[in-house]
Amino acid sequence: MSKVLDDRKYADSHEWVKVDGDVATIGISDYAQHALGNIVYVDMPEEGDEVTQGEDFGAVESVKAASDLISPVSGEVIEVNEELVDQPELINNDAYANWIIKVKISDPKELDKLMDAEAYKKITEE
Amino acid sequence: MKTYDKIIFELSRPGRKGYSLPTDNYDTDGINEIPADLLREKSAELPEVSELDVVRHFTNLSSKNFGVDTGFYPLGSCTMKYNPKINEELCALPEFTSLHPLQDEESVQGALELYYNLQKMLSEIAGLEEFTLNPYAGAHGELTGLMVMKKYHESRGDHKRTKVIVPDSAHGTNPASAMVAGFDVVEVKSKPNGSIDVEDLKPLLDDTVAGIMMTNPNTLGMFETEIAEIASLVHEAGGLLYYDGANLNPLLGKVRPGDMGFDIMHINLHKTFSTPHGGGGPGSGPVGVAKHLVKHLPNPRVVKDENGKFHVESDNQEALGNISGFLGNFGVMMRAYAYILSLGKENIKNVGPLATLNANYIKENLKDDYLLPIEGVCKHEFVFDGLKDKSTEVTTLNVAKRLLDYGFHAPTIYFPLLFHESMMIEPTETESKETLDQFIEVMHKIAKEARETPQLVKEAPNNTIVRKLDETTAAKNPILTYRALKASEA
Repeated sequence: MSKVLDDRKYADSHEWVKVDGDVATIGISDYAQHALGNIVYVDMPEEGDEVTQGEDFGAVESVKAASDLISPVSGEVIEVNEELVDQPELINNDAYANWIIKVKISDPKELDKLMDAEAYKKITEE
Repeated sequence: MKTYDKIIFELSRPGRKGYSLPTDNYDTDGINEIPADLLREKSAELPEVSELDVVRHFTNLSSKNFGVDTGFYPLGSCTMKYNPKINEELCALPEFTSLHPLQDEESVQGALELYYNLQKMLSEIAGLEEFTLNPYAGAHGELTGLMVMKKYHESRGDHKRTKVIVPDSAHGTNPASAMVAGFDVVEVKSKPNGSIDVEDLKPLLDDTVAGIMMTNPNTLGMFETEIAEIASLVHEAGGLLYYDGANLNPLLGKVRPGDMGFDIMHINLHKTFSTPHGGGGPGSGPVGVAKHLVKHLPNPRVVKDENGKFHVESDNQEALGNISGFLGNFGVMMRAYAYILSLGKENIKNVGPLATLNANYIKENLKDDYLLPIEGVCKHEFVFDGLKDKSTEVTTLNVAKRLLDYGFHAPTIYFPLLFHESMMIEPTETESKETLDQFIEVMHKIAKEARETPQLVKEAPNNTIVRKLDETTAAKNPILTYRALKASEA
């Protein structure tokens, strides 16, 4: 059983987003890290890059597969998690503590299109 | 027997030699004529070994090989059929092996005839007008085919067609080739049974679409039954249909991509036409096209004149250009030609049905223990989504490794990405019922072990020369040279 936290929203492509003011912290769900298996590389954007809801902003590579990271929100990247450069496996250890990027949200209305924990839980149980 | 695990560098001893060169009879020392800045400063650290060292080393290594000549190799999507030895005998004929690509046309008529005839045979098998045999492998064929597509639209003055549609279940090379050819890739979703969703395709078809790439049967081994409708929709929108020949084997001599409406396709001679591959030899990815696209095939092309003479044409201005130095991987063509002639027109029609029968036989016998996500008759291959009983937490990777203990090559795993625990099995037509039964028995045994002694399966392989690998470390910190290995040990 994979963990789903109640304090954040989810995209159907298995990214989570936690909003604090106008800053969205983005990562991948526990379900996603489990499905990927041992993660060996995280391809991340740079600070200042623009991301768009529904479009890819990077990729996660595991021993099994490479998977695009789809941004759940639009806005400017204000921070990337540098720790993941050398230790991508941190995501396997705790997918919710180890975020990937932080984005300054340009359109808060976009958040309405995302799922709450309850809805996401249903998807992962299918 | 003791396990041999040496690297040839470990056998090296300073000054040891396995050769003696003849006395240099020339005054000039060629090395002095090379500009100093191009010479290496330190001599190359090559292994210094005797002839006997070399012979023992490689003989020992060769006994570790696993190939289709040593055992069952159900690697899905790769068509690891047996490669008849007559293919090798024919292409070893000195009349062919000593040819040079720059030889005068007149002196290589036989080789050109082989190229021409094979091209004709493939055209007949595919239901297309003409093939180029120049591409060196499957993905190279894809690129060539897409360049034909591009050239076609451009030659009509239609420059807005920038998109190629690729199903989400496609082989990874499809979107990659489309990108390299300069197209934007648009993904079309597949239905739960793995086939293309026509309703999802319709809104994508407009005048910016250059074409669609498809595999039929698709990646799950299921025949795309709506292909006729898909073909007419794509053609109505002005696009072309590209057929990825990776899964041609089950259709051989029964169904022709050209008749399904495809305009361009590539064939993997190294899969469907029994030439060694997968580290065993080079590939060949001939590209066939419908009549209206022949003029765009790459240079050079082999043509036959009214007197029955063969010529190499290299100056067709409407061609997409050159995609190879000469006429492709000739040795592979010779093997494929030998294969087609050995089987003959009648027997080649049995390839597809037997490959299909073998795959269905394994599928039906194993679906009690392994999760079959898509029921129904498959073609040459099918996909299990891991073990049925997930409670043991034995994964597809564990099952694949355990198969090695029993002397079988593992199936393709974790592809396609439509399922989490994909296990893609393709037995091919060349396996006997006895071999299939042995494989089925072992797969049942592994399922039983997973229930009773899961740890044993999770720790597999136990009987192989190299035990379970640390794939994460290998991917993160690869050690690729002996020098790097030494440095890591220091």
